Amino acid sequence: MSVETKVKEIVADQLEVAIDKLSAETTFEDIDADSLDVVELVMALEEEFDLEISDQEIENINSIGDVIKYIESKV
Amino acid sequence: MDLSGKTAIVTGSSRGIGRAIALELGQAGASVVINYSSNDAAAEEVKKQIEDSGGAAVTIQADVTDYNQCESMIQNTIEHFGRIDILVNNAGITRDNLLARMKAEEWQDVIDTNLTGVYNCCRAALRPLLKQKSGGRIINIASVAGIHGNTGQANYAAAKGGVISFTRTLAKELGSRGITVNAVAPGFIETEMTEILSEGMKEQVISRIALGRLGKPEDVASVVLFLASSADYVTGQVIAVDGNLSM
Repeated sequence: MSVETKVKEIVADQLEVAIDKLSAETTFEDIDADSLDVVELVMALEEEFDLEISDQEIENINSIGDVIKYIESKV
Repeated sequence: MDLSGKTAIVTGSSRGIGRAIALELGQAGASVVINYSSNDAAAEEVKKQIEDSGGAAVTIQADVTDYNQCESMIQNTIEHFGRIDILVNNAGITRDNLLARMKAEEWQDVIDTNLTGVYNCCRAALRPLLKQKSGGRIINIASVAGIHGNTGQANYAAAKGGVISFTRTLAKELGSRGITVNAVAPGFIETEMTEILSEGMKEQVISRIALGRLGKPEDVASVVLFLASSADYVTGQVIAVDGNLSM
């Protein structure tokens, strides 16, 4: 499974949105994710991809595309 | 007040108020984690008492001042009972002294256990609580000293006041996830912690309590049970269990 599909699956699951509504351009704001939603998403990503995402890195992640780019740079 | 199928962790529950809370939650059907720091035999005794009345319990040794130990306690809990629903942060110590005589160590030990310990346990429990997506209950045992202050307890009062503000903040952060966070502030409760008071001092304290007696650990435990079970729409609150003590 590609990183993109996996990330979309996790986002859809965590934030309870339909997966076909998600694209690389979708921002967290678009799907009404609050700050705790983003933290929960980060925790799920850390677990799935076995990595640790710093607070600073989280600040630069605003969209699904950002997440995909970030994960791809780490795995 | 049925807690069947729920798992509760009570820190510092080998004796005193924590012990009464563990027994009360166990009585209500919760699977109970009896956390303790050193008194293995006393913790086993609490476990036995819960098991004898048909409940499930396990003892887990962990020093709440150490984050890693708190994390293993949470993992251990999930391995044992599969989930966590209720966290009661009760572990606490006193190192009373007038500030003019208070050593840095007496200050720090109390802050580490009574305040940082609450942070450590909440932080460690948060990931599984959020992941379960089924709400949860966090109940912090503060103290009336944390509301009014108390001579000889600058360290203890500061830590407990911190716990109260921490409680109110966490209630805001976690409300959207159905996790309630409340504090119980006991007054003078008959435990080993208050046993050191002289009879004369006890009389003097009792004269300031509207209900005319010291509290019992069970008086605190029943309020914790209420917060852990039926108090669905209560969060960010501090409930004094002090017989209306005027400080």
